[in-house]
Amino acid sequence: MSIGGDFRSGATLGVIAAVCTAIVALTWQLTHERIADNRRAWLEQSLAPVMSGLQWDNDIIASRHTMSPPHGLPGSESAIVYRAFDQGQPVAALFVVTARDGYSGPIRLLIGVGHDGILTGVRILEHRETPGLGDGIESGKSGWIDQFPGRSLVDPAPSGWKIRRDGGEFDQLTGASVTPRAVVKAVFETLQYFAANRDALFAAPADVTPAEAGDD
Amino acid sequence: MTERLMDRIRDGLWHQNPGLVQLLGLCPLLAVTTTFVNGLGLGIATLAVLVGSNTLVSATRRFLRREIRIPMYVLIIASLVTCTELVFKAWFPALDRSLGIFIPLIVTNCAIVARAEVYASRNPVGPSIVDGFVMGMGFALLLMAIGAFRELLSFAWLLAVLPPGAFFALALAIAGRNAIDGRGRRKDALPRRARTINR
Repeated sequence: MSIGGDFRSGATLGVIAAVCTAIVALTWQLTHERIADNRRAWLEQSLAPVMSGLQWDNDIIASRHTMSPPHGLPGSESAIVYRAFDQGQPVAALFVVTARDGYSGPIRLLIGVGHDGILTGVRILEHRETPGLGDGIESGKSGWIDQFPGRSLVDPAPSGWKIRRDGGEFDQLTGASVTPRAVVKAVFETLQYFAANRDALFAAPADVTPAEAGDD
Repeated sequence: MTERLMDRIRDGLWHQNPGLVQLLGLCPLLAVTTTFVNGLGLGIATLAVLVGSNTLVSATRRFLRREIRIPMYVLIIASLVTCTELVFKAWFPALDRSLGIFIPLIVTNCAIVARAEVYASRNPVGPSIVDGFVMGMGFALLLMAIGAFRELLSFAWLLAVLPPGAFFALALAIAGRNAIDGRGRRKDALPRRARTINR
């Protein structure tokens, strides 16, 4: 084929790519606010399951505190923490963090840590792991995620915060080890962060306009 | 024209049904049809992408050159799937969570690229839209039928919502279609029944 033909092919592809990008950009423009609202609503619905057995009397949703990177928690986008208090005493902190080392795409997690450093629950908010394999981390798909409540930095010891295949104490999923590894790592790092910053976390001011923050 | 339109509709829904006859896009078909609503959701999403991609491919077919047609299809289909995913996330968040990765995976549904290559790249925009619509409808109706079947059956038979149930349900649907089609002309029907995309 001639040089001119090559050029024409390339130019055609370039134009098509530009048109397609414009269509996607326009759709994003029309949808991103609603998507952010939906994500927030879903997150707030998911708070209760990670706080089973706890008592609190403050408005957890209003206690939202958003941290922009670098914050020391897993993930390169902003992380969120909600704080639960009972009669002014701190009860638990709920983190929304992102594990970047899953099998495909980011995994958004909700991690509840009691004031005593013991996990109150973990839930997966969003993921793109393989159906039938990695998606067992979802609470509806398998009981895998239920091994976290009651655990802490001393149970198991830090060297045990790995999946069994890597010599740790956490189950993996049949046919999938990358996904559980990423989740265990993110939970472990969140616990370490909590241990190092506990008092500052409970004292940090709530976001002024919770509706604006926290979506990457 | 009307007669040809009826032919296209019959092709899409029955004679060339992407799921039942061409046996394309079976991965989502088998994976998400555990309930009627899931089938409906993925069916509508696939239909939307198919109509959109047929429209765009047909509208740009003047510039289509052999050596770049596949990248062009990929660009167009991937963009439309991304848009569909955004729309689902914005307006049907519960359905989006339930279908999960299968919305983005519409991009790998070969029924879509097959229609682009076989039909839209060789026909004007109007007929291509009709083709996308009827083929999409054929696929969506099959998803809904299998979804409803498995959901109802699951009350009596748990296996129906597990992966093997999907294969049973699809096999029954294909057998049923062949039985209806073969009725009254069993002898000459054989070659037609064996027809697939490879023809």
